[in-house]
Amino acid sequence: MMVMSLLAGIGLLLALSVLALFVGARPAGTPLVYAIGLVLSLFLLAVSGSALLRAGPAQTLVLPLGLPWIGTHLRLDALAAFFLVVINLGGAGACLYGIGYGRHAAEPLRVLPLVPAFLAGMNLVPLADDAFTFLVAWEFMSLASWALVVAEHRGAGHVEAGYIYLAMAVLGTFALLLAFGLLAGPAGDYAFASMRAAHAAPPVAAVVLGLVLFGAGAKAGLVPMHVWLPRAHPVAPSHVSALMSGVMTKVAIYAVIRIVFDLLGPPAWWWGLVVMGFGGASALMGILYALFETDLKRVLAYSTIENVGFVFAGLGLALAFRADGMAAAAALALTAALLHVLNHAVLKSLQFFGAGAVLGASGLRDMDRMGGLIHRMKVTSVAMLAGAIGLSALPPFNAFVSEWLTFQAILLSPALPQWGLKLLVPAVGALLALAAALAATCFVRLYGIVFLGRPRSDAAAAAHETDPFSATAMVIFAGLALLLGIVPGPALGALRPAVASVLGTLQPAALRLPWLSIAPLAASRGTYNGLLVFLFIAGSAALVAVAIRLVAPGRTRRGPAWDCGFPDPSPSLQYSAGGFAEPIRRVFGPVLFRSRTSVHMPPPGETRPARLVVRSHDVVWEVLYAPVAGLVAAASSRLNVMQFLTIRRYLSLVFALLVILLLVLALWR
Amino acid sequence: MHGIGFDIAHLLAGSLVLVSLTMLYQDRLYALLNTYTLHAVVLGLAVAWQARLQDAPHLYITAAIALLFKAGIIPIALHRIVVRLGIHRAIETVSGIGTTMLAGIGLVGLSFAVMLRVTEGAALVAREDVAFALSVVLLGLLIMVTRRNAVSQVVGFMSLENGLILAAAGAQGMPLVVEISVAFSVLIAFIVIGVFLFRIRERFDTVDVRALDRFRGERR
Repeated sequence: MMVMSLLAGIGLLLALSVLALFVGARPAGTPLVYAIGLVLSLFLLAVSGSALLRAGPAQTLVLPLGLPWIGTHLRLDALAAFFLVVINLGGAGACLYGIGYGRHAAEPLRVLPLVPAFLAGMNLVPLADDAFTFLVAWEFMSLASWALVVAEHRGAGHVEAGYIYLAMAVLGTFALLLAFGLLAGPAGDYAFASMRAAHAAPPVAAVVLGLVLFGAGAKAGLVPMHVWLPRAHPVAPSHVSALMSGVMTKVAIYAVIRIVFDLLGPPAWWWGLVVMGFGGASALMGILYALFETDLKRVLAYSTIENVGFVFAGLGLALAFRADGMAAAAALALTAALLHVLNHAVLKSLQFFGAGAVLGASGLRDMDRMGGLIHRMKVTSVAMLAGAIGLSALPPFNAFVSEWLTFQAILLSPALPQWGLKLLVPAVGALLALAAALAATCFVRLYGIVFLGRPRSDAAAAAHETDPFSATAMVIFAGLALLLGIVPGPALGALRPAVASVLGTLQPAALRLPWLSIAPLAASRGTYNGLLVFLFIAGSAALVAVAIRLVAPGRTRRGPAWDCGFPDPSPSLQYSAGGFAEPIRRVFGPVLFRSRTSVHMPPPGETRPARLVVRSHDVVWEVLYAPVAGLVAAASSRLNVMQFLTIRRYLSLVFALLVILLLVLALWR
Repeated sequence: MHGIGFDIAHLLAGSLVLVSLTMLYQDRLYALLNTYTLHAVVLGLAVAWQARLQDAPHLYITAAIALLFKAGIIPIALHRIVVRLGIHRAIETVSGIGTTMLAGIGLVGLSFAVMLRVTEGAALVAREDVAFALSVVLLGLLIMVTRRNAVSQVVGFMSLENGLILAAAGAQGMPLVVEISVAFSVLIAFIVIGVFLFRIRERFDTVDVRALDRFRGERR
């Protein structure tokens, strides 16, 4: 029944995208389409939310659509319901935001029909219960998002970003196709139910793991398959960026969980290590890239890579614990990963909404031209502050809870029997801790450069507050982030059936204590009470404010700051985004980015300004991708001759190929 | 079942290959068209014999279609096209007749080498039939490749389709729908190609396909 209503919602979304084709050109069309999209997303959210809370057995449905002998198998279990909640939460937010933000679209017809289609594709992926349906939904999602990436096709690099994204998406789908082919085995039964029943041989399972990590990992943004993500996510319209970064990467994580945990059978111990390794590398590299980037939306896209890395680290831990039969620990790690999925979806949507508001208000994406927006965009700056604190994983916001739970799970690793895990899991934990600290640096930098200080350009000085719909969306998401941080208990409770449906075991019962405390292992080994932390922070802040009021004289005055002896300093003398990150670049840059710094100091007496030039390399791109791209370009320029043959030559080619194949057949049989 | 029925089926299908080989060296359009008519007649007979052999009355319909359309309407229409286009001159082959014939013989050998091995276990009639049919298809392709004139390429294409129909008739259990649709697809292809022929001539004053290549500005 619930599957039917979800399907109805998805069908209505598709119908909405057709409607958008007709009304998109009118000025009233944009708000209308987004408003209907909001209603549909809320409906889907309510249905999937009730399915998650009801926590009954999985519901299935077989439709006589699709391939004749396969049909379309659909299945709604708790895991799928949880991801549907994440998808539709993000979708509802993006639609609400789009009611206002959609006005900025230069060509609404290139965006409007695709957003509902994109949402429909993402909704269909968790419902799929056979490989064919899954891949069709997956590819639908990929292509819709690709079309949204190139929607604003006039910008520099937009089409190139779309091209790289398309190439990676096609390769990824191809890898998933091969993975499903291996899972289906020689019998070729593509229903998930039979894959679940049959366990692949260990070498085959290892190959499937590799293919899934490549195929779904590319979509999620795992290093080193991440190259498309920071190019493609930022160039889409901002609410679509929010959907891609906040939601679509989660659909990819869903694919990994579904295939690796559910379909692939019992894991080997080293799988967890591989997944954790990718996760740790993604977390560290993602946040380092983010730190050295000055384009606001690209910073956020890189931060997505970091958070996806956190989720994958949790998944890897869960695999390792599961392989060694430590059910409670595996449940804890998986709970942490799933909770981080939800938290990051909320926070990253919020941040992209804010970045979109800044972009809409000032037309700027380069952080080095912003500044002082806190005076001009009050609501946006408060919401962004919430998002920045959240993404820095500071209490009382939500990401702290999930990252803290991840670290708690890592602390259980000494109980693992394999020495490889005993030694390497804490190493990955150290990478994650480093990444978490750098994330705080990154978001201090982001918030400080964009919102504090003085405007670095006229556009930033002329910025204005965003429209009420966008502001509402941001405030709601900021409130959600705070709420999930203060009372994580209900969210953890809602995750219980999802974790149970994957692992077959429940989370440790002690995870929730009275008074809204959570304790991952036992109350003696650490508890967290978001409400207490929040009350303490709010109370002490109020006390300080009162104290200052009491001590300080009367009202606030604005006076000149101490100017270090330089009267009338230019705003460009403020900290720049690059300057703020320079100490960290000094540490990591020479090794990880092969960055070289050169200082050109004019001799005394010359009026030429001194220059400091930093050259960095994207090593992943140059080592892994550039050679492949070069090979493809060389091969295609060679094959270009084939485009200009005569008709008879083409016929002869076909003929020759046929004869050669027949010859092979004749000789080989 | 090496009765007279098998021998006659063998004879008719073999004749079809023989006529295909004859088409390879026809250097005048009229002669080519007449040979093609003979090709279609032999095809009709072969299919009719298969109908009797397999006791499948619907194959008679296929045979009738082959005789009516391929031995009747299409050659007559092609004759008229040739007259209206005014191309009664000799058609040049790309390579010498000897080489072409050698290639054709090689193709027949190849198709037998493949088919007799691949279809082990099938009924003997079907095996022979499919092997002959593949030879006819390959020879039709060879005709298309060696000709420059659009009309003779069309004839090559038609003889290729005859091979397909022979294969369809030989494989027992092929539903009538498939056969009829093959027959009609040939007809439609013929109509489309006929229209194209006139369009090509309208534009380039010739039906030599080299004109098309020149028009596309291609190197050679």
